[in-house]
Amino acid sequence: MNRIGSAFKNSPIFMPYFPLGYPDLDTSINVIEALARNGADLIEVGLSFSDPLADGPVIQRATQVALEKGITVRKSLAAVAELRRRGLELPLILMGYYNPILAYGPEKFVREAWAAGADGFIIPDLPVEESGEFSAALIGADGRPPLPLIQMLAPTTPNERMETIARRARGFIYLVAVTGVTGERSSLSEGLSELIGRVREHTSAPVCVGFGISTPEQAKQVGALADGVIVGSACVKAIGESENPVEAAAGFASGFRAALPGG
Amino acid sequence: MTTLLPPKFGPYGGQFVPETLMPALIELEAAFVSARSDPAFQAEFDRLMASYVGRPTPLTHARRLSEQLGGAQIYLKREDLAHTGAHKINNALGQALLVKRMGKRRIVAETGAGQHGVASATVASLMGLDCVVYMGVVDIARQEPNVFRMKLLGAEVRPVTSGTQTLKDAINEAIRDWVTNVADTHYLLGSALGPHPYPTLVREFQSVIGREAREQMLREAGRLPDTVIACVGGGSNAIGVFSGFMNDDSVELIGVEAGGSGIGTGKHAARFGDPQKGRVGVIHGTRTYVLQDEDGQIAETHSVSAGLDYAAVGPEHARMRDLERAFYTSATDAEALDAFQTLCRVEGIIPALESSHAVAEALKRAPKMGKDQVILVNLSGRGDKDLNTVIGEMQKSGTRI
Repeated sequence: MNRIGSAFKNSPIFMPYFPLGYPDLDTSINVIEALARNGADLIEVGLSFSDPLADGPVIQRATQVALEKGITVRKSLAAVAELRRRGLELPLILMGYYNPILAYGPEKFVREAWAAGADGFIIPDLPVEESGEFSAALIGADGRPPLPLIQMLAPTTPNERMETIARRARGFIYLVAVTGVTGERSSLSEGLSELIGRVREHTSAPVCVGFGISTPEQAKQVGALADGVIVGSACVKAIGESENPVEAAAGFASGFRAALPGG
Repeated sequence: MTTLLPPKFGPYGGQFVPETLMPALIELEAAFVSARSDPAFQAEFDRLMASYVGRPTPLTHARRLSEQLGGAQIYLKREDLAHTGAHKINNALGQALLVKRMGKRRIVAETGAGQHGVASATVASLMGLDCVVYMGVVDIARQEPNVFRMKLLGAEVRPVTSGTQTLKDAINEAIRDWVTNVADTHYLLGSALGPHPYPTLVREFQSVIGREAREQMLREAGRLPDTVIACVGGGSNAIGVFSGFMNDDSVELIGVEAGGSGIGTGKHAARFGDPQKGRVGVIHGTRTYVLQDEDGQIAETHSVSAGLDYAAVGPEHARMRDLERAFYTSATDAEALDAFQTLCRVEGIIPALESSHAVAEALKRAPKMGKDQVILVNLSGRGDKDLNTVIGEMQKSGTRI
């Protein structure tokens, strides 16, 4: 079984996001290692882009710092390889906007990401209508299995469209919990339970929920409904504001893990 | 999932947006398609274009300028005389009517020079819509009069401090607002940019420029122009005037990008003019030529005119360039400032700094052409908003005012 499939054997899973290069490259690698060793089941490894239009202020700022410190796609892929050298076995999903991938070359990007040890991709500005070119690059070759492009669904997605997208789902579904950008919210959206139910009518793939989940208590509520809980801005903020980011990462991961069943 | 209209221009265009926005784009396209074939919508649009915007805008034969240059006859399509002082109102009015049709009550808009922000605030006031305009703090500083105008018209102007603090970042913030409030909010995008259906819809609402200009040329000059020149930021005024002459093979179409301090200095906004940094990429929902670094990060741009200071160009321009139906060149800040002053002194018309780039190209071409030849310049906006900038630049270069 591949790493993503194995991770979902014990769901709900805890899925933090952290961008490579923030607050600097070495620290970000250590942070991701600490998240992995303290309860993360899958990590969304962030690639930085100058114009992250689906992100709120916390991730905007963090990725901007990463870019100012000189992060590139090439260095990010090398960092993934380093994480594998350190013995991390959990799935690592690369999350980034399309233009840097396009500039790198989609085929080359997928090939090198696989060689480095990545398990799949999340590209928020690539809806199904535009994913053809990247999907072509995902087709397995030279012993490489076909890697998944994680499909995203939103509260605004109508049923018919949901069905079409869910049919393509591989790995898991990324369900955007709120209409908005990434960032912490004080309360979860009311219709979440119904929304997850609507998604499940169309797919048997695991459904992971992200956007706006800020506290272990919220994670627990979402974990009771979904197969995975995605935490981005709250994670980046807690770690970025800490004097000791690696320690903060360990504490952050164990706190969320403990709130979820099986933790 | 298929669109009602073609979403691409050859390899350019498309819909590179988060899933949350896809249903809004589908809804917008459907509203646009049904409005287009609805005589009542067209009649309302035409009525407001005449009675509120003041269309048709005149065509002015720039006689003294043509005489001084000693070559081609220069004609100006006077979008500067449209209500609010630029062509932006054509598109803002068309989209506002669509907003009413979709039953939404709030619009968000981005603005660089402030012209589109003013146009958006104006139509919001006219139609009783709430309006929020995002504007980079750098642009707020250099286009202060327009900020006041927007506020007077009842819009909220939200300063954007992220990234480069110019048009690109204002678009990011407008899109973020739209994603968050999409249920009742329409994004009134101001140029022929962004995800489908915007480039098509904006062209349609701006095509009135080209339609009028073609008729006026035939009537007043008795012939079609040899050359049509327009400035190209996102490219809405250019696509609007070009669209009228698309099928006239004899008419050469010239787009003028912002050359800034010169292409060689790296401080410019010439997406087509800089083969190193200007490459095909994806930004703000569309695939087109984008100024970017080797790693695909969007580059900082520079132009004396805020309205041209943008890293990407409308996707249809990329297609027209590939097909060699239109040709693209650039004018530097200095050339635009020179053209600005020339038009003021010789014709008594204060052009926008954006439009001055098109005038600059006409000043270069006219002397090399015959007296029986004709250049049409789309004078996309008036320059009152630019007086502070121009005075500052003239003082810097030691020019006496």
